[in-house]
Amino acid sequence: MSLDEKFLSYEHLRHGMDHERYDWSMLERREPVTWPGRAPLALWINVCVEHFPLNPQSPGFKAPGNMTMPYPDLRHYTLRDYGNRVGIFRVLEALDGYGFHASFAVNGELVERYPYLTRRLAERGELLAHGWNMDCAHSSALDEDTERQWIRQTLAVLGRMSLKPIRGWLGPARSQSSRTPELLAEAGIQWCADWVNDELPFHFQTQSGALVNLPLSLELEDRFIINDNLHSETEYAEQLIDAADCLLAEGRERGGRLLALNLHPWVIGQPHRIGQLERVLEHLRDFGDQVWSAAPSEIIAAAGLALEGSSR
Amino acid sequence: MKSDPGLYGYLPWDRRPEIRWPNGARVAVWVAPNIEFYELEPPVNPQRKPWPRPMPDVLGYATRDYGNRVGHMRMMRVLDQFGIRGSVSLSTAMLTHHPEIIDLVLERDWELFSHGIYNTRYTYGLSEDQERAMIVDAMQRISDYSGQHCDGYLAPALSHSEHTIDLFAEAGGSYTCDLFHDDQPTPVNTRSGRRFVSVPYSLELNDTIVYVVNKIEPRRYGEMICRAFDRLYAEGERSGTVMCIPLHAYQVGHPHRLAAFQRALDHVCSHEHVWLATGREIAHYYLEHYYDQAIATMREIEEATA
Repeated sequence: MSLDEKFLSYEHLRHGMDHERYDWSMLERREPVTWPGRAPLALWINVCVEHFPLNPQSPGFKAPGNMTMPYPDLRHYTLRDYGNRVGIFRVLEALDGYGFHASFAVNGELVERYPYLTRRLAERGELLAHGWNMDCAHSSALDEDTERQWIRQTLAVLGRMSLKPIRGWLGPARSQSSRTPELLAEAGIQWCADWVNDELPFHFQTQSGALVNLPLSLELEDRFIINDNLHSETEYAEQLIDAADCLLAEGRERGGRLLALNLHPWVIGQPHRIGQLERVLEHLRDFGDQVWSAAPSEIIAAAGLALEGSSR
Repeated sequence: MKSDPGLYGYLPWDRRPEIRWPNGARVAVWVAPNIEFYELEPPVNPQRKPWPRPMPDVLGYATRDYGNRVGHMRMMRVLDQFGIRGSVSLSTAMLTHHPEIIDLVLERDWELFSHGIYNTRYTYGLSEDQERAMIVDAMQRISDYSGQHCDGYLAPALSHSEHTIDLFAEAGGSYTCDLFHDDQPTPVNTRSGRRFVSVPYSLELNDTIVYVVNKIEPRRYGEMICRAFDRLYAEGERSGTVMCIPLHAYQVGHPHRLAAFQRALDHVCSHEHVWLATGREIAHYYLEHYYDQAIATMREIEEATA
């Protein structure tokens, strides 16, 4: 019994990363970031607005939240759709109540299904493309044309609704294939949020031009804490409060920090949970001008990262 | 395949040499940060997939990379606050990829021990010669970089063969972290008969097991550490115990987890009779003072009950 020699050879063993996507860099060794108003903490709230088809095909892999029961899985289909009918409006009201901005990552197919909702969201904040639907996870199991087509049609329908060109991307379940970054750059995307390896934005290379990656924390996301980890809504709020306190303290001592909160109205918009989101928002509001609530492209700009092709 | 690994004899909790740690400490506390590198697209071992999603698994990879870019500094600052030197379970590829982190821990006089080359290269399927080459290679990388002799081993991603511990002992190691059978060090049988021990490395308090496998809330992890400590401290009055806190900067280094961990360490370090040690210090102290007695006791019990 033995393995091929390749299992004991290390062709990417070198200083830095084992790939070409971004440079090795420790956050605390970078020039500290200063947010507008010298706020120690920037707050990015992103709301995912998603469509889970009843008849999933799932080429590659199944994104969390997808159908799990034999067809027709009405239970999961409708529970996800709850977010688009009821939950999202509770989330918007909570945000309004505490005066915080949010961006909205919207599936392309959702734009076609619910133009009313998309229009409302476009009037309120920055829109990010969130892939075609939640059954369209990007992976290297796809052929290139399929992936390119998903990206193009998503940007086409979102672009018609948005008041500004769509520049940001969040893959369904933060999924990327080995060619997604090139396809995004080709399609005019300037930044993505899929890589959760940092807490501040950083430069990201593709063979079709540069992107910025603005990390959208998985560990602090409602769906991850509540659905994957099965923690209670009370514990969800406690974790976010602890995170905010930690980042704010660091921001005062070591340079601007970012709290990136990803929300799913089908999770946090339930009546027994929304109050715990409000508890978190109240905690953040009580910090006053120590917290800078901003759109993602403003955060990237304030961190000093120029977007490719932008006027900065 | 064996039905019993044959690595240790039965040494009942109520019939052991009474352990006295230095300065009358009741419990030897050691903190073991795993400083790891996971490859984006490693060769795929026939027995274990490196990533749950099709490669490149961007989410899995980025989750680990976060530890090196962000979490490490946070975790290290908390250990600094309490004067704790880590015992690093090291993916030795880190010495090449990210030596900046290794330099920080060496400045603090932390111990380095081997956790293989990459945490995406498993022991499964390697021939004995191949595994020996990998083990020796990793030990050599540690001594070349740091001047430290590599005394301890935690197999990469806890992947083992029947010979893993034999091979590490033959290569000059003195302790393993791969066995979870005890709250005190114990002698380990290896085929070379070298003096070799197990130092308790808790899976139950390992932050990755806690957060990813058992899906425990951060504040509860802090309570678990305190409860484990309180019991081991009390029992350590009779005979010294060991408590290990294995960490990963990509878990405990998140902003929602840090404060609970910090409070737990504060609890531990507020006690007087605690030996803040490294894995190597515990292994060597035990080898010197209790190893022979433990072997003799096991033999007596065996003979008396034969």
